[in-house]
Amino acid sequence: MPADANAFQTALALILGMDPVLLGIVALSVQVSLSAVLIAALLALPLGAALALWRFPGRGAIVVALNALMGLPPVVAGLTVYLLLSRAGPLGQFGLLFTPTAMVVAQVILILPIIAALTRQQIEELHQEYREQLTSLGLSRLRMIPTLLWDARLGLITVVLAGFGRASAEVGAVMIVGGNIDGVTRVMTTAIVLETSKGNLPLALGLGLVLLGLVLLVNAAAYLVGETARRRLG
Amino acid sequence: MNDMPRRFVTEVPALVLDGVGFTHRGQRLLGPLDLRLEGCRRTLVMGPNGAGKSLLMRLAHGLLTSSSGRLQWEGPTPRQAMVFQRPVMLKRSALANLTYALAVNDIPRTRRRLLAREALERFGLAALEKRPARVLSGGEQQRLALARAWLTRPEVLFLDEPTSALDPAAIKAVEDAVLEFHAAGTRIVMSSHDLHQARRLADDVLFLNAGRLIEYTDAATFFTAPSSREARAFIRGELVL
Repeated sequence: MPADANAFQTALALILGMDPVLLGIVALSVQVSLSAVLIAALLALPLGAALALWRFPGRGAIVVALNALMGLPPVVAGLTVYLLLSRAGPLGQFGLLFTPTAMVVAQVILILPIIAALTRQQIEELHQEYREQLTSLGLSRLRMIPTLLWDARLGLITVVLAGFGRASAEVGAVMIVGGNIDGVTRVMTTAIVLETSKGNLPLALGLGLVLLGLVLLVNAAAYLVGETARRRLG
Repeated sequence: MNDMPRRFVTEVPALVLDGVGFTHRGQRLLGPLDLRLEGCRRTLVMGPNGAGKSLLMRLAHGLLTSSSGRLQWEGPTPRQAMVFQRPVMLKRSALANLTYALAVNDIPRTRRRLLAREALERFGLAALEKRPARVLSGGEQQRLALARAWLTRPEVLFLDEPTSALDPAAIKAVEDAVLEFHAAGTRIVMSSHDLHQARRLADDVLFLNAGRLIEYTDAATFFTAPSSREARAFIRGELVL
């Protein structure tokens, strides 16, 4: 198929030529998803650890809800944030709809349950092993949290990266709350959707390749970090 | 250099168990026990598997709460440490495992390294300070666990079958460490089912069988003239049922 082969060549030329439009879109994508993953991790890591350590009424319901929300459809997350941020919504006065901030909020909602639920599992396992020793040393549960998070760090890196992968790959939520505005809220996934529907296959393909490369890079880095650390620390 | 006193303590408060029992899922696993542990002695908790040795030590150390009865120290609760059958080391270097224990005990940051190095030296681990603790051998990890306990300057040290998975050289190292703790004024409560080890270490023996206290006497009496049928059988190496 010469047309597609041609599109592929043009896509490579766009990437290698550092096309400014393409670069701008990539930069915004990375910026939005990194902010989202950072905020979500800061909230979800301690939350997951706390859920692993404390038993309280309603805990089971929260765990089930988090596990279920791991599969939250991005468009639903987007719709929720849209309703909150739209002019008539409870947070409408801040005028955040169709800004990168709104996109970060939507992605945080999307990946927070993933990080929290997986963190709970990992910390619960580690706590089984460490509980007696740490209790013997005189640690309260609150003081165990940083220790457990640090010692589970290898597994948690993968968890956080899973969150990043989900955030950078989803399209529904950022499309709804961002609006895919050129130069303002256009990210890789929304641009791919738009360019494909316009028939501008080279740019769509170029963005697709960059997205794929980014995800590969992040996962390769995680694998290397994990393997070396596992070999070194036992 | 070493600002740690030669003796941690002068007097250890007594631990009193008053009808202490432990029940799990409706099944009585231990007790009711009436017992008074006093003085800076080396007490060996002996008995066959499932006698309740580990359970008794975990109750005494406060890792478990008794289902019935009362367990209390006469006087202020002493500083305690416990060494487990399988040492639990954090995923960091040997030295960092020790400075961690010091940090938990609110020792100022500036003194932690010095104290930790001194403890590594004392237990023959100085060369291993940078090695990740979890890749050390079983014997080295157990010595590291003892060094960690040493840094908390315990008035009472519980050891739960600390040598059951070790070779003779490592067993010797652990037993020497136990004697060193005792010399520093620490009361020793250690479980074992090795009679030879008990003969080497025990001041007195607390003999359990099937969750019940059978005998609590000084070691010489226990090994030469045990008063119970179960203890006699145990010493002769017969199967105690």
